[in-house]
Amino acid sequence: MTSYTDKIQEAAKRLLEEGKVDMVIGYRKGSVPMMNQPHYAKSAGEAEALIWDSHCGLNLANYLTDREDKVGIVAKGCDSRNIVNHIVENKIKREKVYIIGVPCTGMVDRHKLPKMVDGEISDVEEDGDTITVKTVNGDTKNFNKADVLQQNCADCSHRNPVIYDEMIAEPVEEQTDTDMFASVREIEAMSPEEKWDYFDDLISTCIRCYACRNACPLCYCPVCFVDESDPQWVGKSQDPIDVRTFHWLRAYHCAGRCTDCGACERVCPMGIKIREFTKKLNKDCYELYGWEAGLTAEERPPLDTYRPNDPEDFIK
Amino acid sequence: MKIVQIDKSQWTSGIEKLKEGYRVFAPVKNDLFHDFKDLEKGEAPDFNFQNTRLSPKSIVYPQSEILFRYTLDKNSEEYGILKEDEKDKTPKAVIGIRPCDAYSFILVKRNFDTPYYKDPYWVEEYQKSTFIGLACNDPCPTCFCTSTGTGPFDEQGLDALVIDDGDHYLAKLLTEKGEKLFSAAGWTTEADPSAEGRIEELKSAAESKVTSKVGTDNLKSQKMLDLYEAPFWEEVAFSCINCGTCTYVCPTCWCFDIQDETYGKQGVRIRNWDTCMSPLFTLHASGHNPRGSKVDRVRQRFMHKLKYYVDKYDNGIQCVGCGRCVRMCPVNIDIRRVCNMMNSYDPESCVCEVTSV
Repeated sequence: MTSYTDKIQEAAKRLLEEGKVDMVIGYRKGSVPMMNQPHYAKSAGEAEALIWDSHCGLNLANYLTDREDKVGIVAKGCDSRNIVNHIVENKIKREKVYIIGVPCTGMVDRHKLPKMVDGEISDVEEDGDTITVKTVNGDTKNFNKADVLQQNCADCSHRNPVIYDEMIAEPVEEQTDTDMFASVREIEAMSPEEKWDYFDDLISTCIRCYACRNACPLCYCPVCFVDESDPQWVGKSQDPIDVRTFHWLRAYHCAGRCTDCGACERVCPMGIKIREFTKKLNKDCYELYGWEAGLTAEERPPLDTYRPNDPEDFIK
Repeated sequence: MKIVQIDKSQWTSGIEKLKEGYRVFAPVKNDLFHDFKDLEKGEAPDFNFQNTRLSPKSIVYPQSEILFRYTLDKNSEEYGILKEDEKDKTPKAVIGIRPCDAYSFILVKRNFDTPYYKDPYWVEEYQKSTFIGLACNDPCPTCFCTSTGTGPFDEQGLDALVIDDGDHYLAKLLTEKGEKLFSAAGWTTEADPSAEGRIEELKSAAESKVTSKVGTDNLKSQKMLDLYEAPFWEEVAFSCINCGTCTYVCPTCWCFDIQDETYGKQGVRIRNWDTCMSPLFTLHASGHNPRGSKVDRVRQRFMHKLKYYVDKYDNGIQCVGCGRCVRMCPVNIDIRRVCNMMNSYDPESCVCEVTSV
């Protein structure tokens, strides 16, 4: 995917020089391995810092919320689905955004890769499907990209942007044999006590930094329920009740809207598998309403609408 | 100063002996990373780490700490009385703390333990802790401790410094507290006279491995308002998502919030870490927020660490160079880069040096 870099820069320079956009939002190379930084270019010179590789795993739609200038944005499949969400939810106007579509082959799991090598990672390079990891003690190890992908990328069936103004490359082949709900079924098979313990264990290391919430393009409420002070709905301490309340309620707020972009998991400093919450809701929306979020701006999301034939056998 | 040698085979038995008189906090590994843990009986420290994911500040200053308890039951004799929460008085042994993290306690002490004001909770926990450092033979690429007034073998803030020297540890006993702990553990074998030279060798080797540097020499002479009004803050703050990761993983971020929490008729007054990255941090009761934008909040964090602290205490920056925020910022805002920008900023030309780190 590194070959996209030149084309992204080219597109960004052209758009800026032609005055079609005020800025282009993309990534620049980060200062530590596996971390690229969201970057805006307002001039052709600044566009030269734009890059693309397998470490662009944030969701840039997050940077579009309520923008009123004309913005160009580099968008892979999931980013584009969140742009659709933003359009549907009136957080950005379609005509205010110019989408530079990037066909994606998945992002490297920055939590998993360090566990697969001995010693501190000093550099990660890629050549096609080969990911080469160098460590500070001078070791080099090659991996197949498929083995080091973020789980949501391994399971992804929408790698190509669903909405764009231009594509910087031919679409990649979509994965059709993935099973994105395998882990949900495992949890569904648990007893209520096992489920309780599973989720308690899952969030036991949470420090309530809210990186998951703040990296999520869906979480744009002017004041989040956990930040309300009058009335204050949720306690601020490490009391497990409050930590649970945050994670559960946030997940419910994402029902029918989550595109499984994985930004929440990627940014978690403690490596918590936060998608375990949202995936169950994605599965329910898929099975009950045949709905996957962010695929079309022409239809209202299921939790936004009522249809007489909506399934209701879960109401007991 | 005494140097003792500890055969690695005597290490865990010493740790077990310590548990008779101390609560022993040391790094252990979970699935993904190392963190300090209050060790149980039979549990040994795991020193196969570079640094812990979270800083050890929570051993002295927990993320959530109950200060008082109260009852709202009007029939109770204690109705309306804030009763101080009972604390465990057992001394704490913090084993395997990195020198940068030990140094962070000195920085925080300048704020929590002054002639004018003492934070009783912090001071009590600090005083009952004995800090046994573990020198860094192999610093991380993100470490810049040699630019911040500390270093991989620094002794400031430590009661003893342990150095891994192959099949044994060497330990410099730096304070009485440190000596007391070592005798409690039974680690009393004096090292060979050559040990001191050996430690110096390892120290130089380690210091030369800290290749990441930041410039701090101009920060004090820069005018506060020049830096405050510098044009680079919008660019620095752009990628920030205003989460609290940098502040919560930082060993020197000390801000807190105090809340009353009531369950039925029983309540607690509790203090929790707070983060200047959150809009709620400065929200006034009137609804006005003096730090209403993301750029304001990002600027605040860096100005506090790299300018206000520098001016107020005249003792360097409020950063020990542990690199946790560099590694864990989800959007790669790198304090080394920002520090260099602030340090090199020329208000006449509005130009600063932008380094790749």
